[in-house]
Amino acid sequence: MSAEGQTTEATPDEEAPRESRSRQVLREIAESSSMVVLMAIVASMVIGGVLIIFADQAVRESAAYFFSRPGDTFSAIGDALGSAYSAMFNGAVLNTQAESFAAMIKPLTQTLTMATPLIFAGLGLGIGFRAGLFNIGAQGQVLIGATVGAYVGFAWSLPAGLHLLLAVIGCALGGALWGFIPGVLKARTGAHEVIVTIMLNYIGLYLVAWLLSLDAFQREGSDNPISPMVADTAQYPKILGAQFNLHLGFLLALACAWGAWWLMERSTLGFRLRAVGANPSAARTAGMSIASATIITMVIAGGLAGLAGSAPVLGTQKFLSASTAGSLGFDAITVALLGRSRPLGIVLAAILFGGLQASGPTLQVNANLPVDIVVVIQALIVLFIAAPPLVRAMFRLPAPAHEKEVAA
Amino acid sequence: MKNTIRVGAVAAVSALALAACASAPEETTSSDTATAAAAPSVDYKACMVSDSGGFDDKSFNQSGYEGLTRAGDELGVTIASAESSSEADFAPNIDAQVAAGCDLIITVGFLLSQATVDAAIANPDVSFAIIDDLADNNYDGKTDAPNIKPITFETDEASFLAGYAAAGATKTGTLSTFGGMNIPSVTIFMNGFLAGADYYNAQKGGDVKVLGWDGKDGQFTGDFEDQSKGQNVTEEFLSQGADVVLPVAGPVGLGAAAAVQSAGDAWLIGVDSDWTKTTDYGDIVLTSVLKNISNSVFDTIKTTIDSGFSAEPYVGTLENEGVGLADFAAGAVPDDVVADLDTIKAGIIDGSISVDVTK
Repeated sequence: MSAEGQTTEATPDEEAPRESRSRQVLREIAESSSMVVLMAIVASMVIGGVLIIFADQAVRESAAYFFSRPGDTFSAIGDALGSAYSAMFNGAVLNTQAESFAAMIKPLTQTLTMATPLIFAGLGLGIGFRAGLFNIGAQGQVLIGATVGAYVGFAWSLPAGLHLLLAVIGCALGGALWGFIPGVLKARTGAHEVIVTIMLNYIGLYLVAWLLSLDAFQREGSDNPISPMVADTAQYPKILGAQFNLHLGFLLALACAWGAWWLMERSTLGFRLRAVGANPSAARTAGMSIASATIITMVIAGGLAGLAGSAPVLGTQKFLSASTAGSLGFDAITVALLGRSRPLGIVLAAILFGGLQASGPTLQVNANLPVDIVVVIQALIVLFIAAPPLVRAMFRLPAPAHEKEVAA
Repeated sequence: MKNTIRVGAVAAVSALALAACASAPEETTSSDTATAAAAPSVDYKACMVSDSGGFDDKSFNQSGYEGLTRAGDELGVTIASAESSSEADFAPNIDAQVAAGCDLIITVGFLLSQATVDAAIANPDVSFAIIDDLADNNYDGKTDAPNIKPITFETDEASFLAGYAAAGATKTGTLSTFGGMNIPSVTIFMNGFLAGADYYNAQKGGDVKVLGWDGKDGQFTGDFEDQSKGQNVTEEFLSQGADVVLPVAGPVGLGAAAAVQSAGDAWLIGVDSDWTKTTDYGDIVLTSVLKNISNSVFDTIKTTIDSGFSAEPYVGTLENEGVGLADFAAGAVPDDVVADLDTIKAGIIDGSISVDVTK
């Protein structure tokens, strides 16, 4: 079966061979060994360190007279790296200067708080990747989920517990709807999910911007485009007491990770999705419906991304604005790739990224570094993950034996 | 090809090596001589948190940051800043600055309102100031915490003058304006501009139209980033006969400037800073509506050091020069109109002229 030639009359079910290239890339990333992932992180930290050195004023000043007194440069480099990495550690893991135990572990809880939405959205994307779908639409799905959840949270008045439950369900449904649309378009018309999901990100963003211009979504007596605060009854309870931001959403995210593992590894549905992802032609020959697998995958992925929207609106910032989703949807793509689309990997990757983000404030305030360094390190990780042969060459790792994706 | 790369690499390396040949500064033996060279040092730490636009937004975050660095240079205060990449960073950034011992924390923009109020209540010993917001999230007309100083601007007073002057300068009888988003800190510019043009019509019996804003709704590009949208909107305005454009959209206005420049026979009105100085489009700038965020930040830090923190709101007006109008392009505005502006300015200051849209 040649890849060219039959594309002109391709119906959705027949276009599979044409996509084999992108599917192959996805699978290669998913199968890259943990060693490659680990080395990619190490390599990005090292390059990040070089950037930190160049960004440092003292280093640049002392490098100007490097040949007359090289010691200055080296000590400036040492200071820059030391203060940067210790700020990262103090911001993301343990505050070593803290006076109380609570203040000491606060950075760790902050890391987990930042990781929460990334876990949700990363899980959704991971399921999509394994089913062979490049879902770029997490950003829109997060935002629409957050919008529905926030609306339930601030506009309805319900008893505690029930209110939270409905708001969380609202988030999931909002995201699921934003996943369903590209799913059904791909399944029924063959529209490419990358294009449709990217476009839906814009539609979602401007839809929310428009909603926020309506009185129903604005605070009383204000024209600013931010929603009222979500009612106390609809907020995630803080699980470690009021002085920590860590909220119930984190436990829900872990539960979802277990659920995603069970779905993909233990259930018949998960087997079908993986089979379609690995080889659509074979799956179709075996009597599986690719159309329904596509729609189901996108709905689950969207629902999980929508739950990611619950972390800001019901957990940390508690109101909706057009920038509520930040860059969550795109960071989550990195998380899913880094976690090799497996739930455990995604949880770990999300915690790593949560830590990088949580260290942003201390990096800037204590080490006086631009927050962009964090973004650069994240981007470098993606770069290395996306090119496993490069990492293998750099660290002289052996090429992996080929795993069989569906065999399990 | 390979040779070019090699030559380039050699050149780069030798440049680096040469750059490293400068002579070392004198060894400083004690630490007190090192600090003596710096600005007179004050034991005060002023800090700032940006909203998600970052300190390089060519708009209010950047102006605020300039005020902060100026305070660091001239007053010798210690400064620290934290950029927020998303809303999830607001509270952690403020917390980190509290933990780092900041005495005054200035937050930029209404999005940080809630985070600022929360932090102010939790840390009554730290002073806060917020730009472009009243920090009143329960809408009782008062700032929600006693240790927050709101910094706001009556920008419509200055853009009223700009509207009047533009109405005098237009050849086609059509002005235009657009915003980045329909939010109060943007539309206040457009309101004043429209009201100023209307006032000109009433005073001089003119019939000058304003495209892009009717006092309630108007033309918005949807963000504060995409310059091509500013260019498109402006080309549309110009094709409808407008010959003055007021873009209230931060860097998106540079797109408008590009469109005006290629049209050739139209004027641009800058916002926030004097665009003859801060942009490359000096020759097409009629005037600029100034919003001196940078000064207000500097003044807030200075008065706090001199006479202690006061939560008294700072409101930038024509009277205290928190807002104002930059110089006009030579010969663009008729002399009688320029002469009127002084009277109008006095009228706005004493309250006899309303800058509200009357329609």
